[in-house]
Amino acid sequence: MASLQRVMASHIHPLSRRDFLVMAIGGSAVFGFAGLSAAAIDPASPSALPMPAAGPLFEPTIWFDIDAAGAVTVNIIRAEMGQHVGTALARILADELEADWRQVRIVHVDSDPKWGMMITGGSWSVWQTFPIFSRAGAAGRVALIEAGAKLLGVSPSHCRSRSGRVISGGRSIGYGEIVRKGRIDRRYTAADLDKMPIKPVAERRLIGRPTPAIDIPAKTNGTAIFGIDAKVAGMVYARPKLPPTRYGAKVISIDDEAAKSVKGYVRSIVLDDPSGTVPGWVMIIAETYPAAVRATDLVEVEWSGGDGADVSEKDIQAHGARLIADPHAGSLLDTGGGDVDSAFRSAKSTIEATYTTSSVLHFQLEPVNALAFEKDGVFEIHTGNQWQTLILPTLAKALAWPVDRIVMRTYLVGGGFGRRLNGDYAVPAALAAKALGKPVKMILTRADDAHFDSFRSPSVQTLRMAFGDDGKVLAMDHAATAGWPTQILLPGFMPKGTNGQPYDPFAIAGADHWYDVGAQRVRAISNDLANSSFRPGWLRSVGPGWTNWAVESFIDEAADALQMDPVAFRVAHLDGKGRNAGGPPTAVGGALRQAAVVRRAATLAGWGGPLPKDSGRGIATTFGQERDMPTWNACVALVRVDRRTGRVTVEKLTLVVDAGTIVDPDSARAQVEGAALWGLSLALHEGTEFVKGQVRDTNLDTYTPLRIGDVPEMEIEFIDSAQPPVGLGEPATTVVGPAIGNAIFAAVNVRLRHIPIRSADVRRVISGA
Amino acid sequence: MISFRVNGRSVTVQADGDTPLLWIVRDEVGLTGTKFGCGIGMCGACTVLVGGRATRSCITPLRIVADADVTTIEGLDPAGRHPVQRAWIQLQVPQCGYCQSGQIMQAVALLNDFPDPSDEDIDAVMAGNLCRCMTYRRIRAAIKQAAAEIKGAGNHG
Repeated sequence: MASLQRVMASHIHPLSRRDFLVMAIGGSAVFGFAGLSAAAIDPASPSALPMPAAGPLFEPTIWFDIDAAGAVTVNIIRAEMGQHVGTALARILADELEADWRQVRIVHVDSDPKWGMMITGGSWSVWQTFPIFSRAGAAGRVALIEAGAKLLGVSPSHCRSRSGRVISGGRSIGYGEIVRKGRIDRRYTAADLDKMPIKPVAERRLIGRPTPAIDIPAKTNGTAIFGIDAKVAGMVYARPKLPPTRYGAKVISIDDEAAKSVKGYVRSIVLDDPSGTVPGWVMIIAETYPAAVRATDLVEVEWSGGDGADVSEKDIQAHGARLIADPHAGSLLDTGGGDVDSAFRSAKSTIEATYTTSSVLHFQLEPVNALAFEKDGVFEIHTGNQWQTLILPTLAKALAWPVDRIVMRTYLVGGGFGRRLNGDYAVPAALAAKALGKPVKMILTRADDAHFDSFRSPSVQTLRMAFGDDGKVLAMDHAATAGWPTQILLPGFMPKGTNGQPYDPFAIAGADHWYDVGAQRVRAISNDLANSSFRPGWLRSVGPGWTNWAVESFIDEAADALQMDPVAFRVAHLDGKGRNAGGPPTAVGGALRQAAVVRRAATLAGWGGPLPKDSGRGIATTFGQERDMPTWNACVALVRVDRRTGRVTVEKLTLVVDAGTIVDPDSARAQVEGAALWGLSLALHEGTEFVKGQVRDTNLDTYTPLRIGDVPEMEIEFIDSAQPPVGLGEPATTVVGPAIGNAIFAAVNVRLRHIPIRSADVRRVISGA
Repeated sequence: MISFRVNGRSVTVQADGDTPLLWIVRDEVGLTGTKFGCGIGMCGACTVLVGGRATRSCITPLRIVADADVTTIEGLDPAGRHPVQRAWIQLQVPQCGYCQSGQIMQAVALLNDFPDPSDEDIDAVMAGNLCRCMTYRRIRAAIKQAAAEIKGAGNHG
């Protein structure tokens, strides 16, 4: 997906060059005092407020500073939502800086254009930040060695730095003292920084070593501050009265007579939203949140219109199937060419299968919320958010307010999973605050949150494979359709396919796999009925969450058609030839690394070993999110199927992951644990349905994510690698579902082609088999 | 007017007796460590102890706790060093952390009832606490570690 790489580069990487200037110090303007905003968060501080800096600062780049006491403060633009991202990123910088880790703090910064694009998603944080923070830390180290050498009266070439000190023979000087004496007089240009040498792998002292996450203690004692905990003097509470559909509803009338009996009820406001983000919303204002909740139930609103009020999931899926049947629909990905149609015409045999997935809720545990108010001409939005850069222009349009006078304050995120990439929930709070002229704290109830979720679209995919005489794979054809989040929220982000049609890269990634299948066609089709009926969202792993369900189930079906072992078939076709050879910077080794994790997972899981009746092992392998940033995963699921009830019990998951360099081993493992269990939950426990303009399930009485008793035995292994680090937040989500489906096939010889897999479906297929 | 004790401190609030305890604790008393998740008592993020028993504060009306002792995550240990909290840090349990106050309060109640819990005990008692980040394996291990520590402390003094 080279085009995606270019799009991302133009959006994200500019900041690495421009902002890398290592400034002159020496008593002039660059020494300053801490200008940290009051609401930026230090997750290790009891009040969450950053600690004041001691004396003058050495601030060689915008990414960190060192104060006169030697404290290193690393600025984190990524949201903390459970990945312990600040810890991992600070370790990268501190390692090159040769900092004393005990002196390192992190600050999650507020939105400011100087940070460039602020996004926490795509499993990109470590991958994108590694080169930037490595060089920033290295630049700081070189500057400190030069200045320290002067203070020690020796040549820099006789100095090294370690643990926050510059050392020459038996003498040394601390970073804080160097900063205090202010003798750093060298200026680094962007070109210098490009050439800034990074330490050899053997010299790493923090990267790859376990460390406690900085954010964890506050998450065990009640002091961690999430968006829902934000408060400001004089604020009132709001809950929305939601219209019957996501789009197109208009308020005709409001009757709040009954609500007036609720103590603390203030008023109801029909939002006027020039950005079109929350059409038909009424905000119920009260002095307390419980009063807002009760009053909202009592306010009666009549709406007109409502797009999608007559649309249900089966209509969307039927529409998707029709789109796939039209050979001219959609965008063609660059998959290396080859005449697919001719290969199918000359094939000795072919197989074809269609796979579907249901709608899925984010169900992040902290319902979306925001506190908004205007102060001194600046609109402040206090909330947890994953993509500040995306929602700020929308807020500006909604408020008719200059974008440079809107700031988003940073809070911990009580579950992201992609829900908070779409910051739409900030808009109604801001509009209500503007209308009332006072601070408004909006919280959605759980059911409100589900109704307003930008949930994962249902999907339909049809895959075909053509075989030659000797069972050789001649061609593969994959058509996938779903609602496209990127088309709705940021169409400019969409690259063009080889036929000139734009496509949502996040809704098709995974279909452009690393198997050698001869001529290959991947067709990405936007389901316009989905897009017009609800707001499709990015949900942990996005497209690869459904494309790999299809690809990896289908690869198993292909192996079965050829009567080949599923592991052997995969390894044989992950041959690393042609475009699947991979290459720098982050795909070195290509498909051969994928084959390696497949082999290792099979070995670890005892592939081929004896099993009781109705038990089976299934394998699946994915490259995580995108070809540009492959995280190589393999999973073997061991399942037991009860033929009578159709119940599937996952007894063990064995996962092997090659993510290149592992910066923070324990957090990396935690991400794989969580992502893999997400994969299991999506495969067997979750899923909802869009019914007449709304999702059917809105709370835990009917929406049933995985609970503690459903957790299988797990074995997770990382491949030891010095390759550049890639992402870990999502990839393991993509591999578990198909491994389970393939294990069910191995256990009871039936093929399930829909996620979630319900006992009733298993029972039905078994009885019909 | 209803009076009760939170973390040993007496509080008196004016709110209606049917107001959920959760919002009293968060917005009137100002202790925000207790979280709002589902509002129907099925996620456990709002778990506090009432008279030592794990209680879903989002569905507990204020009037029920009149004159009762309520313990929130903030009151578990003055330094945040209860054996369960220590185990949670040692095993690096939390991810996003939003459910963890409730998980910890439920685990404390669990260990009062089952000082030496089996996997089955843990699964049964903790089934009502959803962790959306799915830190369940570490929760299970941390409960066992805390149990061992509490038992060891008991044996030694």
